[in-house]
Amino acid sequence: MSVALTVTSSYRPRGRKRRWFRKAAAATFGVGLLIWTLLPVYNMVLMALDSDADEFTGSIFPPDPDFSSFASVWNEDYWLMEHFWHQFGNSIYLGVATMVLTVLIGSLASFALSRMRLRQGWIITDFALLTYVLPTAFLAIPFVHIMHKYGLSDSVWSVIAAMVTFATPYAILILHQYGKLIPIELDEAAKVDGASPLQVYLRIYLPLMAPALVAVGIYALLLAWNDYLYQYLLLSSTGHMTVAVAINQFFDSDEAPWNYMMAIAIIYSLPPIAIYFGLCRFMVAGLTMGGMKG
Amino acid sequence: MRANAAFDAFGPLSLTPAHKRRGNSWFSNLQASDTTWAVAFLVPYVAVFVAFVAYPVAFGLWMGRNPALYGLLLSDPRYITTAINTLLFVAIGVNVKMFLAFLLSGFFMNRSWWVRSLLVVYLLPWALPGLVVFTSIHFMLVTQWGLLDSLWRAITGSDGPLFLVSTWIAMTANITAYIWKWMPFWTLIFIAARMSIPQDIYDAAEIDGASGYRRLIYVTFPLLANIYLICTLLSCVWTLGDFPTVYFVSSGAPARTTDVLATYGFHEAFDFGYPNLGVAAMMSALPLMIPLVILLMRRVRATGVQL
Repeated sequence: MSVALTVTSSYRPRGRKRRWFRKAAAATFGVGLLIWTLLPVYNMVLMALDSDADEFTGSIFPPDPDFSSFASVWNEDYWLMEHFWHQFGNSIYLGVATMVLTVLIGSLASFALSRMRLRQGWIITDFALLTYVLPTAFLAIPFVHIMHKYGLSDSVWSVIAAMVTFATPYAILILHQYGKLIPIELDEAAKVDGASPLQVYLRIYLPLMAPALVAVGIYALLLAWNDYLYQYLLLSSTGHMTVAVAINQFFDSDEAPWNYMMAIAIIYSLPPIAIYFGLCRFMVAGLTMGGMKG
Repeated sequence: MRANAAFDAFGPLSLTPAHKRRGNSWFSNLQASDTTWAVAFLVPYVAVFVAFVAYPVAFGLWMGRNPALYGLLLSDPRYITTAINTLLFVAIGVNVKMFLAFLLSGFFMNRSWWVRSLLVVYLLPWALPGLVVFTSIHFMLVTQWGLLDSLWRAITGSDGPLFLVSTWIAMTANITAYIWKWMPFWTLIFIAARMSIPQDIYDAAEIDGASGYRRLIYVTFPLLANIYLICTLLSCVWTLGDFPTVYFVSSGAPARTTDVLATYGFHEAFDFGYPNLGVAAMMSALPLMIPLVILLMRRVRATGVQL
């Protein structure tokens, strides 16, 4: 460190100029990146604030910002969004059920796999890894047929089943990884004191795994909230629809009130944004938690 | 307090067998009961796997079992276009995304306040629903009154191109939208990987005269090469089955020349009513996907990188 410092200090006049130049370049690059990231988001706001429903204004700034589209969504006063809040509730129901089931099933499985030393456990871990790698869209067509056979067509539970299926492998992998940080001696000590495996799971494993469980729960919630394909394929009636399916209905109708559609889209994006800004640390931790280290 | 109550509730349940065990050889007994518990804990996951992974996969293979389906696919010129599009989408999209993400992760290693706040905004696309953002991008491109054309007019003064009328521009738009959505996620992965490189390695390299771009080429990249390869393989497999990008951004426009396998299969299965043909279209990716998955699993085993 000290060597480097003396080297740079001997070039001070030129170094300062260069540093200023680098800072300016970095700032310009940062502004470019900001525009690149926010342009599609800005477009949503622009379209939602447009009072003229059917035509695009062709302007870069909203000529007369009009929040009436949000008010219309709030009051559900357009036929395509009559059941908006009901559908919003469906989306929440779907997300929360997926989250709870994923955390439950994933933590039970990873407890059995990593804490109880099953000899054949690696087979299940490998199957979990394979499921994680599989692109979800590839299973969509057989999935629809199978849900029909199970008698779950047009039920939100069919989507919950699909989302839990795709979220648990990630949960098992992450929890398995994070669990290595917790000494196995704790479990053994509890066992010597007479605790059953269920007690070890409830009293020792779950509390110590809390950060990883939060990360997994957020992952499952966002997976269910942000998926479109399975909700579209498995839910058809207005009462059982989620917001994602309802948004797509605008494309199929003859009229095109795009400002309403974008207002719905913005409202639909708010929960993930709130989760992201509120629980950013946990989400990032879920990715970096011992994961992807070489 | 609540935890204590839970403990009390389960207390008598487990204490009784423990008393019983104490007399005889309880160690082997405990092992046996442990196995029972372990199996009980695994039942929910195995049930989900069998009902919603194994069965659909087997059913899919059964649906696409007829070789005639593949002849039918190959005789469809739209399928050939789709296959080429998918290859281009994966090859260009994944590689450009990964390379840019790798470079950007270096930029975000700067921990000054404004770079940190920029990182928070930059990661936003990752959290937003694909449906919403890809629809928004679609509207930026779709008519000459979309936002991109308006910007074009504001800057150059003349009318911009009609993006979704040319196959090549529409393909570029799909790939760009895909990069926009997924680059932040992989940047984050690379940031985490870079953070796990110990600082002393950089210090030692600096003493040996490696700084600036040399540091990137001779120190950072070799250390991250494994992760880079594994991420690229994983992303290739996922992108082979990518559905929302093309479905919303170009919707196959113009005239279904920008479809990829997932959207082609979707249309065959649910718009034209040939589910078996749709499954066959998805399965035609297997000759590419299986080697990728095998390679990926072997790399994961060999390097011990955790996904």
